[in-house]
Amino acid sequence: MAPRFEGVDFYDVGSLLSEEERAVQRTVRQWVDDRLMPVINQHYLEGKFPLALVPEMAELGFFGANLPEEYGCAGLTNIAYGLIMQELERGDSGVRSFASVQGALVMFPIHAFGSEEQRKHWLPKMASGEVIGCFGLTEPDYGSNPGGLITTARETKDGWVLNGAKMWITNGSTAKVAIIWAKTGALDDAASIRGFIVPTDTPGFSARDQKGKLSLRASDTSELVLQDVKVGKDALLPGSKGLKSPLSCLTQARYGIAWGAVGAAMGCYDEALQYAKQRVMFRKPIAAFQLQQQRLAEMLSEITKAQLLVLQLGRLKDQGKATPQQVSLAKRNNVNVACDIAREARRLLGANGILVEYTAMRHLANLESVYTYEGTHDMHTLILGEAITGISAFE
Amino acid sequence: MKIAVCIKRVPDTETRIRIGGDGASIDEGGVKFIVNPYDEFAIEEALQRKEKAGGGDVVVIALGPDAAQETIRGALAMGADRGVLLKADRLPADALAVAKALAAELKDGAYDLVLFGKMALDDYNHGVGPMVAELLGLPCVTAISKLELDGGKGVAEREIEGGVEVVEFALPAVLTAEKGLNTPRYPALKGIMAAKKKPIETRPAALGEVRVSVTSLGLPPDRKAGRIVGEGPDAVPELVRLLRTEAKVL
Repeated sequence: MAPRFEGVDFYDVGSLLSEEERAVQRTVRQWVDDRLMPVINQHYLEGKFPLALVPEMAELGFFGANLPEEYGCAGLTNIAYGLIMQELERGDSGVRSFASVQGALVMFPIHAFGSEEQRKHWLPKMASGEVIGCFGLTEPDYGSNPGGLITTARETKDGWVLNGAKMWITNGSTAKVAIIWAKTGALDDAASIRGFIVPTDTPGFSARDQKGKLSLRASDTSELVLQDVKVGKDALLPGSKGLKSPLSCLTQARYGIAWGAVGAAMGCYDEALQYAKQRVMFRKPIAAFQLQQQRLAEMLSEITKAQLLVLQLGRLKDQGKATPQQVSLAKRNNVNVACDIAREARRLLGANGILVEYTAMRHLANLESVYTYEGTHDMHTLILGEAITGISAFE
Repeated sequence: MKIAVCIKRVPDTETRIRIGGDGASIDEGGVKFIVNPYDEFAIEEALQRKEKAGGGDVVVIALGPDAAQETIRGALAMGADRGVLLKADRLPADALAVAKALAAELKDGAYDLVLFGKMALDDYNHGVGPMVAELLGLPCVTAISKLELDGGKGVAEREIEGGVEVVEFALPAVLTAEKGLNTPRYPALKGIMAAKKKPIETRPAALGEVRVSVTSLGLPPDRKAGRIVGEGPDAVPELVRLLRTEAKVL
């Protein structure tokens, strides 16, 4: 059996957590070691999400864990929610993505913009894993510029008719329900964007797996097509209004990603360190060479900074004070350093580093998607640029 | 069904231990503590018994410093109903002193079962469970790997050298758990939140006289590097000689 993951905590950040937060981290960490690690490589190679693990994840409370208990959720702090993401992504970014989408992109908007009936109907079923959800915002021609989306929702006398196509949709083929963002007014009117809860078995709704991915292979990524999809009036999320509604969901998800990336980096660092101590070259462990020590020192420095960054971001979020720009900074920084750490870890592992039995190359490939989705690294640079200067470079 | 589970806070098995300045205890700085892994089987067994009986009360008792509250909270997160901390800043090495304090807590509790892990991983003593049974005048079965309860009696299996021993006993009883008795559950996130609201009573441990103490603690010696005595058949006589005279295994 593989050794247990003991974490990476050079600055005793654990002592800044509450007892419950530490307990949450322990549960998820142990679950990842016991249940996810033994199966992830095979799923990654086969290009399949480990769907069989969903009931366990649900039972332990991984979905929408920061939403209130009255809807069947765990009612955790945002720090504890972040720790779940961190530990899951230490396993695999695809599995963390699943939990992010379910919780932050589907359960969150239903909670934030839904009616009480919608919350009561959907949230307990999603917390229990009975219903898997997906989030349809991105379109083939509208990625970084979601305000330009061309999916439409037209009101009829008994509901709405949706038409359009969505792309890069995590959980798209697995989902029983999709949150679809569409324009209810003119195509140049981003303020007319509203969210709709669309059961995926509605006639006219189809999902197709996106083939040929070399990253996030243990995750379902799909294209959605909506052709005259008729839904009732109760499909509309009444509180959603304009582009800021889906963007606020993305802020939730990006917050989790900023934590998740730290987990992937911690996993890569830990693996590189163990390897460096054991691998002997020129009659000494490669950990004895200055070049590898520098690699490890850089990795540990960046991980420690990233841990403190998300911790304070989480405290701000728990106080209701975190801004989207602060979330951008954390997502941008942490995913970027995780990419660098995964790459350096892979190099330290030498030829072994390209094998699936080590985690570095899988994390490295995964993190390229994480770098790109939920606001590319470049877009977050521009969001920060705007926050700093007051001048938008893209609008 | 009223069940007590006695648990102990011990250093994580994967922690690298450093000896403290007094040479007789471990340096706790930077050490992660966990619930004694054998006690987890005892907690799980208690929870399964309660679930099977469709109700009951599972009380978790720990003897230790304030920090042992976190260990108790972990058991409450798994599903135990309430906790008792018998406070002692230092755990004595005298198993009988610990057993007396626990027995004093347990004696008027009207428990049907008192469960322990078969031993604590930090001292390998196997002592406290059977001593508590003795002090309470209850039957004791140690290192059980299977348990069936039926009315006022129970049947337990013990793995002994080369076979399985089946033991019948009357309730109430004291049992100690062996690895493999069950698969301990993870504390679910809702359980962790619920545990915050469950009561933990704290009172001083009635340890009495402590008659055993640790005088020194040492780490095992570093393993020496191997030695190549030669190659091929020519090396055999020398190897045999060394195995006889130096390693003394022949």
